[in-house]
Amino acid sequence: MNETIPPKEERMTALNGLGTSRKRVEDARFTQGKGNYVDDIKLQGMLFGDFVRSPYAHARVKSIKTEAALAIPGVHAVITAADLEPLKLHWMPTLAGDVQMVLADGKVLFQGQEVAFVVADNRYAADDGIKAVEVEYEELPVIVDPFKAELDGAPILREDIADKKEGAHGPRRHPNHIFTWESGDRQATEAVISEADVVAEEMVYYHRTHPCPLETCGSVASMDKVNGKLTVWGTFQAPHAVRTVASLISGIAEHNIRIVSPDIGGGFGNKVGVYPGYICSIVASIVTGAPVKWIEDKMDNLMATAFARDYWMQGKISATKEGKITGLWCHTTADHGAFDACADPTKFPAGFMNICTGSYDIPTAFLSVDGIYTNKAPGGVAYRCSFRVTEAAYFIERMIEVLAIKLGMDSAELREKNFIRKDQFPYQSALGWEYDSGDYHTAWDKALKAVNYKELRKEQAERLEAFHKGETRKLIGIGLSHFTEIVGAGPVKNCDILGLGMFDSCEIRIHPTGSAIARLGTISQGQGHATTFAQILASEIGIPAEDITLEEGDTDTAPYGLGTYGSRSTPVAGAATAMAGRKIRAKAQMIAAYLLEVHDNDLEWDVDRFVVKGNPERFKTMKEIAFASYNQAIPNVEPGLEAVSYYDPPNMTYPFGAYICVMEIDVDTGTTEIRQVFALDDCGTRINPMIIEGQVHGGLTEALAIAMGQEIAYDEMGNVTTGTLMDFFVPTAWETPNYQTDYTETPSPHHPIGAKGVGESPNVGGVPAFSNAVHDAFKSFGLTQSHMPHDHWRIWTIANKLGLHEM
Amino acid sequence: MIPSNFEYHKPDSIDGALSILTEWGDDARVIAGGHSLIPVMKQRLTDISHLIDLGGISELKGISIENNKVSIGAMTTQHELITNTQLAKFVPLIREASLQIADPQVRYVGTIGGNVANGDPANDMPGLMQTLDASYELTGPNGVRIVKARDFYEAAYFTAREDEEILTSISFSVPNCGYAYEKQKRKIGDYATAAAGVLINMDNDTCSFASIALTNLSDTPVYCEEAVNNLVGKKVDSNAIKKAVHYCVEASDPVADTRGPVEFKKYVAGIIVQKAIENAIARV
Repeated sequence: MNETIPPKEERMTALNGLGTSRKRVEDARFTQGKGNYVDDIKLQGMLFGDFVRSPYAHARVKSIKTEAALAIPGVHAVITAADLEPLKLHWMPTLAGDVQMVLADGKVLFQGQEVAFVVADNRYAADDGIKAVEVEYEELPVIVDPFKAELDGAPILREDIADKKEGAHGPRRHPNHIFTWESGDRQATEAVISEADVVAEEMVYYHRTHPCPLETCGSVASMDKVNGKLTVWGTFQAPHAVRTVASLISGIAEHNIRIVSPDIGGGFGNKVGVYPGYICSIVASIVTGAPVKWIEDKMDNLMATAFARDYWMQGKISATKEGKITGLWCHTTADHGAFDACADPTKFPAGFMNICTGSYDIPTAFLSVDGIYTNKAPGGVAYRCSFRVTEAAYFIERMIEVLAIKLGMDSAELREKNFIRKDQFPYQSALGWEYDSGDYHTAWDKALKAVNYKELRKEQAERLEAFHKGETRKLIGIGLSHFTEIVGAGPVKNCDILGLGMFDSCEIRIHPTGSAIARLGTISQGQGHATTFAQILASEIGIPAEDITLEEGDTDTAPYGLGTYGSRSTPVAGAATAMAGRKIRAKAQMIAAYLLEVHDNDLEWDVDRFVVKGNPERFKTMKEIAFASYNQAIPNVEPGLEAVSYYDPPNMTYPFGAYICVMEIDVDTGTTEIRQVFALDDCGTRINPMIIEGQVHGGLTEALAIAMGQEIAYDEMGNVTTGTLMDFFVPTAWETPNYQTDYTETPSPHHPIGAKGVGESPNVGGVPAFSNAVHDAFKSFGLTQSHMPHDHWRIWTIANKLGLHEM
Repeated sequence: MIPSNFEYHKPDSIDGALSILTEWGDDARVIAGGHSLIPVMKQRLTDISHLIDLGGISELKGISIENNKVSIGAMTTQHELITNTQLAKFVPLIREASLQIADPQVRYVGTIGGNVANGDPANDMPGLMQTLDASYELTGPNGVRIVKARDFYEAAYFTAREDEEILTSISFSVPNCGYAYEKQKRKIGDYATAAAGVLINMDNDTCSFASIALTNLSDTPVYCEEAVNNLVGKKVDSNAIKKAVHYCVEASDPVADTRGPVEFKKYVAGIIVQKAIENAIARV
């Protein structure tokens, strides 16, 4: 009764499922300029709001005069903290359990802080209004150095909580102190280190930088006073969380709030937080009765929205004479800026910084982190990484290098000697994590062979000799890095944000003709979810990826989820997708059994159909089953073919990789030329190799930027000195080297399809590879540590301090 | 980043532009490529109520090379400087330097006139014009006058041009000698950390002609007269070059910024000038 069945391979190819380099379905609209971003949204009668921002890093606001601004044609309203106070919206909760001023309430605490919100017919009138608002400031002393925040006589920044001895994360010892967070065994670690053969000690600084997505943050709020419904389109990496938080803050019932994340032009953590602009556009829409748009410009974005890193990591690492690591100690001073607005799971005020034992079997470890207030912009987001994992990876990969110097051992060998072995997984780390799987030695060997490591070291030694003879002014640096990420937050039992559990979700509807729509609680910012999640489903339910529409970002239609950041989409929502697919398949099996008049157990799944065991010509394709599910009365089975899955992962996933960078460094000009970048990633099961490669290229380029020049710098007055793209380094194609990528595949044992997430690995592994290359070039001259970013003048300064300009 | 309201004028002749400039005086500014002016307008660091676009004036465009004399209209774009084959043949220094300015998108719009007239010490063309000993033609209500590039720059953004004058063209002689423009920058699109333009001619081992100017190493371009005087007529060996480099660095007066501290900039200036001199000698 059935036509001949095409061969299995042919049917699998037709699905475009797991493991195929399916072209990104998003790119047709992006490459043609047909994306639909927040700033593309234009509503009837829409007004435009923008901020008066503080020129000072710390000042009392004596008065705000709005009359002149209100007199400007086209200006509708000027909102200040005084206007927000009756609504209790002049302050807002941050994701880290702190509160943040929406608009300056008596004082300003960082340059660029939002002082007043001017609402006007258009951007031009809004800017005219901004210039006409008269703010009287009284400057106050500034703290830009977190190590000076608790000195006698230091100005108290947060007067609102000056007397609060207990913060969201425990006791506070000083008004400028936010929290102290500890992990591991202090006593045991200090004992091990004091008795060790060899101890290396270093201060490793991971400087302040910024995710700088191409699209800045923005929102369009529209309060419909007739039906009482608020709709907000915005640059939200977690639209559902925004809805819940908006409801809790505003008192508007959650069903009357619709949050929509349209196309997002890059997030990298910058769009996880809640910003004053969102709140002000909502309030302005309520006040004016018209939709109100707010869009930052690039300078606003760099100056005022969430930064990343800014961790001062004091480390000690101990080992036996043979190079077996015995202990790791770290004290981090974390500069959080004026408000603690870190986007971390609530129980982890320093994120997953306690993954800082890295890829190594370190039996004893201790970490403490002090969060400190300074007069800088708030943030501390996971810039293309899981929460504080880049900081952790950079710290341990630098400590390995300084330990190798102390031991007089090649750092590749030191790594090899201390890697967690394959047979040790699942591995309990000294700081409390259970690494799910890994095979570090295999990856490492492959990487060393790929770059011909021994030859490289030989060439480096020859170059050094030539340098000493005065034949060249260029050194070679070989940067090694082996990182372990911890992603996929995460198990609800220990991961929540403001009490919202960090599960994720997928809802699937199969249409009668056998195509489908799937909706997820995540939101792509360029990761290609519509492409890859359809591939997961295609393999699970046997419907070609091309026939599956994927939707995210509209809270009225998508199932509840905690959004996209920290490489959590594939580990969590990807798992939900597979699980929902399996529910579809389970029901499909019952339907097929009825149609084929056999018992459920007599069927087996075969790519895109159920086949009667031992009788392959008797089958029902998913397409046939879909039609029957809607249109045929099947006893004891509800019509339709839909499923929803909410997935709470049992553990995090632990992607890892081996990266090597070879760099030429001109000691006179401080310029660098990157000769080779080899990046081997193990992200478990590979869903779409092409997208993985693209993600690795992108992440490496951001890593390159961070390591080699990108920073948010402040002068001693708290002025941002890198507030435009002239000074804030974003590499162009010209500065971007060639990348050589490779992979191993160690599936996650607990993830339904074994996938681990990859988008952020290259940033985590890339930064230490680039930075270690710089350090490595100067190692033989006695350099142990020099802070990033390694731009021309800083590299020149290394050479200068080492006396290389006197030769 | 939104400018305040302004009137936009697009005259089709120099006289037309001058009459608008005279009419509105201080409230008016001429605009060429706009790469410097538009950002400051957007940041409202300057308030201009009348913007006079020179883009419609055809007499301000074009490159001519006659009798060993090069004349370039102020509104000639950097892209045109790069692609003009005659210019590339007779004054390859211009092409070499232009290719190091910003990026192709900027160069399609950025003009030589705007670049030299603005008085921004970070711009490459002013130093290059001092290297070439160029003359600027300034046209005002009272006619035309000529000012040497080496006399034009007074301080950052302060030049010999009067408010009611327009820089209309640039001219210089075909150098016919070794040349080089060396520039260190942080990335594509950046201004120079240090840059140097060098022209040099040799009579056997002896330097018969030299001209050196530096970019972004002081609040004006730096014409290195002392270095030149110490090269011309001398036998050029590594010591002589070293000495010339020394005088160049002495003449520089950089300030610390995000590109680095003063001592770094001076050191790199030395390296860049040395490279430029050596390259120029190799091309004689």
